[in-house]
Amino acid sequence: MRILTLLDVIESVRDKPKTLFDYIEHTYDIISNVEDKVRAYITLRDKEHVLKDAKRVYDRLIRGSAGKLAGTLIAIKDNISTKGLRTTCASKILEDYVPPYDATVVEKLKMEDAIIIGKTNMDEFAMGSTTENSAFFPTKNPWDLSRVPGGSSGGSAVATAAFEATAALGSDTGGSIRAPASFTGCVGLKPTYGLVSRYGLIAYASSMDQIGPITRTVKDAALILDVIAGPDLRDSTSLDASFPKTFLEYAMEGSREGVKAKLVVIEEMVKEGVERSIYLSFVRTIRHLEANELEISWISKPIIKYALPAYYIIAMAEASSNLARYDGLRYGLHLDVEGRSWYEVFAEVRSLGFGKEVKRRILLGTYVLSAGYYQAYYLRASKVRRLIRDALVNLLKTYDCIISPTMPVLPPRLGERIVDPLKLYAIDVNTVLANLAGIPAISIPSDLVDGLPVGLQLMSNELREDLLLKISSYIESILKITPLIPPLVRSYVI
Amino acid sequence: MSFKVKIGLEIHVQITSLKTKLFCSCSADYRGKPPNTNVCPVCMGLPGSLPVLNIRAVREAIKVALALNSKINDVLIFTRKHYFYPDLPKNYQISQYDGIGSAPIAKGGYININIDGRVKKIRIRRINIEEDPGRIVYPFGSIAKSPYTMIDYNRSGVALLEIVTEPDIESPKEARLFVQKLTSILEHLGVTNPKLEGSIRVDANISIEGHERVEVKNIGSLRELEKALTYEIARQTAIIKSGGKVKRETRHWDKTKNITISARLKEFEEDYRYFPDPDLPALRIDRKFIEEVKATLPELPDERIERFVKEYGLSNYLASVLVTESKDLADLFEEAVATCGNSKLVASILVNEFLRWINEAGLTLYEGLRRLNKDRLCSIVELLRKGVISTKLLKEYVKQVVLNNVEPKDLVNKGLTVLIDKEFIERVIEKVFREYRNAVLDALKNPKAINFLVGQVMRKTRGRADPKLVNEIIRERLRKFEESS
Repeated sequence: MRILTLLDVIESVRDKPKTLFDYIEHTYDIISNVEDKVRAYITLRDKEHVLKDAKRVYDRLIRGSAGKLAGTLIAIKDNISTKGLRTTCASKILEDYVPPYDATVVEKLKMEDAIIIGKTNMDEFAMGSTTENSAFFPTKNPWDLSRVPGGSSGGSAVATAAFEATAALGSDTGGSIRAPASFTGCVGLKPTYGLVSRYGLIAYASSMDQIGPITRTVKDAALILDVIAGPDLRDSTSLDASFPKTFLEYAMEGSREGVKAKLVVIEEMVKEGVERSIYLSFVRTIRHLEANELEISWISKPIIKYALPAYYIIAMAEASSNLARYDGLRYGLHLDVEGRSWYEVFAEVRSLGFGKEVKRRILLGTYVLSAGYYQAYYLRASKVRRLIRDALVNLLKTYDCIISPTMPVLPPRLGERIVDPLKLYAIDVNTVLANLAGIPAISIPSDLVDGLPVGLQLMSNELREDLLLKISSYIESILKITPLIPPLVRSYVI
Repeated sequence: MSFKVKIGLEIHVQITSLKTKLFCSCSADYRGKPPNTNVCPVCMGLPGSLPVLNIRAVREAIKVALALNSKINDVLIFTRKHYFYPDLPKNYQISQYDGIGSAPIAKGGYININIDGRVKKIRIRRINIEEDPGRIVYPFGSIAKSPYTMIDYNRSGVALLEIVTEPDIESPKEARLFVQKLTSILEHLGVTNPKLEGSIRVDANISIEGHERVEVKNIGSLRELEKALTYEIARQTAIIKSGGKVKRETRHWDKTKNITISARLKEFEEDYRYFPDPDLPALRIDRKFIEEVKATLPELPDERIERFVKEYGLSNYLASVLVTESKDLADLFEEAVATCGNSKLVASILVNEFLRWINEAGLTLYEGLRRLNKDRLCSIVELLRKGVISTKLLKEYVKQVVLNNVEPKDLVNKGLTVLIDKEFIERVIEKVFREYRNAVLDALKNPKAINFLVGQVMRKTRGRADPKLVNEIIRERLRKFEESS
């Protein structure tokens, strides 16, 4: 069967509800063929359970009372709480943790009749850009199994790219949705900070974490955003924003009617540290856009070079605090405590339960928050953050979007980057900006270079998801390369 | 060598007027529930849960800040205070902090206390809003006796105010008076119910001027506060006198042994790694809101004391004891006076008799108030008014009611009445003698006529007098009469 997008699925089950069961069978077929190779899931739900859920959705389809996402199989990153479904954060410390509640986004998906198909692999506690930092196993890029899929939402991106799910949710603290979307040929959207509730998202860096969709097209991302966005009384940082139309409508408008927009390239984002092939591809894409009535300017913003250090200081500081709660006492990795003092047990749980990268970030975060260093690091990083935010927000008063390559490199080979943390951190250089500034950013497939996907990043001003989706949907229609299908699954899909 | 004592207090007050906890919708009333049943993902610190501020807690904190003359900050900022401890589910406490990028809800302020007939100002340093941790439970009573410990998170997340004083307190008595006055203010505001166990908890920092300070924790009541401070001052003084050095440390008050025990040395300032909680955006505190809260403040202790002096003609001393001992005592006073008048008598009964006997019996004020309730108090006043008891007996009644929890009328029935009180009977007889001069003259001549006089006395005492005693006294009087005439 030829179902390539989330909208295709929804349309076909609406026309013919029975298709739902075929689609599930088909998806599980693909999974049985590719999952061993890519390893996107930490927990995959039994087909029987999924079919049971599908029966209920089917009944509603028949009655005409089905929700917006009826028919879809959504993969959820394993740091988003799912009631009764193991949620590990890809960490040994939460290996057997089963949340007693659903994250707000999961509730919202279920309300619209989406079916959760499983929980996807990630870098432990979302700390990483390659999904190699999972405590369980690395996930591989379906475009080249020797390469990483990006991270930290690598499992979600791969499940989507390899047609093991209709779409997925990821979380993005410094690029964790956009990096894997870019490396696997998907669309990944990080919304404005606060547009989507974080309730139930296991915190990495609370002031930057944001949940968003990973899909095969911009319209699919828009529809999922329609479902998951909105104020939540359980998250004090969620925003009460209203848009006159649905995000899907904005995306439709963009691809149907086009849009005249002013885009800007910040030179610092495309020159230093960007691989030549990526740069050249980016320039080709720019020309293509210019030929289609998109006006593109180039400017310089030197402050950008402080973004990466500021980002890592803030993220690590918050992480050291957020991860303090894992002590094995109330949930998670539990050790025999008989005859030992609580602090010995806490220390052992934490030294056995956390991986190396997590420990590194907790230690560095603890350091930058310590008395005497707080001002030199955390406070200074917060000031840099404010400056960067002001710079971007001001720039986006003049321009509709900032565009850049999402990632400065092609997907690295497994083991290539992870050996040197600084090299690993460096590939987040273009994505961290949106998190520091709290503005929305999307990565859409723009090219294939040496058979590997390349992503284009667009950032708009805060709460301008309308504009962001309209423009990126238009660009998607110009570039005409989505939905991308990796060779690995081409035979099953077409 | 004279030693100047400096004491600063940190008082943790549960905002018991709230229905729910500080950051979740679990009940604030955690007492008496089975362990770990009054919890949710938020107050258990489950992964992914987020705090949402109970805005009513802010209103209560503002009430307290206004009553303590503190300056309320423009912005409400919550700060994470990090330390690992099993009763703290997130291993950080959401609190407030006075530092760069953070601020407590209020700073400054003072409370006036009355000590030995003069007024002393104790300054407040700051007021914080924060969450209470869970509770460590020792299954066999104490750490020493228990082979394991249990944790009950029912209390976790209950709203607390932390009120910190400047080190202006110079004696254990001042400390007690301060806490008493503060408690009375909080009670008048309706912020907390001090009757609930653990609703007000005091830590003290004590130093002898020029020496290191020691923190004493785990002080459970006012009485223990005075004892713990007295012990600690004596301990430190002895060290200094013998040429030793007081160590900077935290000590725990052991109420069974009546001593403080070293808990940990504090060679360094603990590093709590304070930073603003990113889950709780800073909130602007509107001046209008503060004015609104101010307008709804009830009568506060100082105003009430003044009113008691004016309205009831009480001395300043009686008025302040009534009001600062406890709001309930002041309330009982007003209710009793409304029912049975005699304000000065009622005040004196409460301050001079009642407080003395509850102390003697080791009862808390509230236990005492359950015994000497308004009805009992008024019936005692009534008995005095009706002449059933004398002032002397009245004291006996208060004692018996407080110590034995008896009804005044049972005491009357038991015969503990003024009528065995010679003094009183004599007064009645005197009255009868004045009223029935002729009968007296008759009786002098004819001993049988005495019966008439006895009958009149009986009538005036409503038949409750002891006829034998009345007879005796009348005869004695008549004899004196004869002798003198």
